[in-house]
Amino acid sequence: MERYDTVIIGGGPAGLAAASRASADQQSVLLIEREAKLGGILKQCIHDGFGLMRFKEKLSGPEYAEREVERVLRTNTTIKTLSFVTKIEKGDDSFIISLVNRQGIETIAARKLILATGCRERTAKQVSIHGTNPSGVLTAGSAQYYMNILGQMPTKRCVILGSGDIGLIMARRITLEGGQVLGVYEIKNQPSGLTRNLIQCLDDFNIPLYLSTTVTRVYGHERLEGVEVAQVDDRFRVIPGTEKRLACDALILSVGLIPENEMAELLQVPLNPATKGPYVDQAFETLVPGVFSCGNALHVSDVADMVSETGEIAAATPPSDHGPRHLVPIKINEALAYVVPSHIDVNKPLDHVIVYFRSRDCQTKQKLTVLIDETIIMTRKYKQVRPPEMERLKLDLSKAGIKDSIEIRLEADA
Amino acid sequence: MKDIICIVCPNSCHLQVDETTMKVIGQQCPRGEAYGRQELTNPQRTLTTSVRTSFSDHPLVSVRTNGEIPKTAIAQVMGELQKVIVTQRLPRGSVIVENVAMTGVDVITTTSLDR
Repeated sequence: MERYDTVIIGGGPAGLAAASRASADQQSVLLIEREAKLGGILKQCIHDGFGLMRFKEKLSGPEYAEREVERVLRTNTTIKTLSFVTKIEKGDDSFIISLVNRQGIETIAARKLILATGCRERTAKQVSIHGTNPSGVLTAGSAQYYMNILGQMPTKRCVILGSGDIGLIMARRITLEGGQVLGVYEIKNQPSGLTRNLIQCLDDFNIPLYLSTTVTRVYGHERLEGVEVAQVDDRFRVIPGTEKRLACDALILSVGLIPENEMAELLQVPLNPATKGPYVDQAFETLVPGVFSCGNALHVSDVADMVSETGEIAAATPPSDHGPRHLVPIKINEALAYVVPSHIDVNKPLDHVIVYFRSRDCQTKQKLTVLIDETIIMTRKYKQVRPPEMERLKLDLSKAGIKDSIEIRLEADA
Repeated sequence: MKDIICIVCPNSCHLQVDETTMKVIGQQCPRGEAYGRQELTNPQRTLTTSVRTSFSDHPLVSVRTNGEIPKTAIAQVMGELQKVIVTQRLPRGSVIVENVAMTGVDVITTTSLDR
């Protein structure tokens, strides 16, 4: 049985950064990837905006991915592609991983496990769209795969549901390739994507954005023929009489990303309902010792550069570090949707703690306060916070002398 | 006064540009100030798309402009790229069209076909 110090599941940007970082410590590292090529979802994200922080350049997804792959190839990391993990069990001093690939079934032992399994898209079934079951209803990521990898045009005239970044990016992509986007429909009263995408993808191409509107029905037998849209109130209930039927051949769904944590659940790693990823400390170790989490599996990020950072953080703790841990949960107020990490381990390094957070609502003129044992140790002001734009903080908690509590609060700046 | 949101970095500053004086307010950096003015006079964008190849195992190669082009040139650039077929296993960063649509900007591949 092959044995490794660190095994990383997932070869997208998080797993790649984790592999580069782990192997820098002279560990034996295995990277397992289910696809034929490394790079994860970035292979199909041909738009740019990647690497602004990490490389100080504006790169496309494939360029960013290839650079990270090249870094890993320069290390001693063992890579297994077209390999799928079917089972993980916790042994006495290691994790026993079963995987299947073209060579057959393999069993591998790991001292440390990093889950970099990314996320999946929410589908039509999960957002209650009634009607028949024709072809032509597909997620934005699938449409992106068809267009950018297979070279197939999935639509000539479509409706996009959801104003998340993937929907916005595909609105532009479809338009550039000669398709007609009737509009982007968003059930909330605020758009979900990054501001710069609203401008570069919608405004630039005069694609209308309809807020507080959703798709309620689909029509068509073999192929989609149309959808019904309707306006909703502030509790997302359909306002009767506002229904409108639109003729189209595709409904593209951009209605949310869900961290992929089946492996975490198999290992009984507790998940935070606010992020749908594991509870972790500042080293991104989950509540199951030896299991670490990073990337979109930990929480869905907006920017690949931050995903890479989480991979490096998860890889930084040596496999030999076996606690004991002294975990203090980070308390947050209602104005914060979540913070990652959810806990601070007082026994781990505290001088360079990265905290990511999202506000619950769009707000202007806000103040963020960090309190240790009810003493304010840091405040930061924000002109504007929006849930779709994740924020990042760097904290030095080494002199704080944490005893009982840590709190992070977001409130109006008087 | 024109309201513009800057797209240069994630800060997304809300700018206001005076159309007569070209004075920009609301920016937090010099790139934002330049963006505000440019956006009013001759808006520029980078273009990312894909181009056909002759390889059945890799039917498309992703490409981008190696710099910004006028927004008004986008349709013409797309038209030129539709006619391109890449027939060599090029590394990423290879120029496949020079000076596309007379913009002075090249189009380069962003995925390697040689690995």
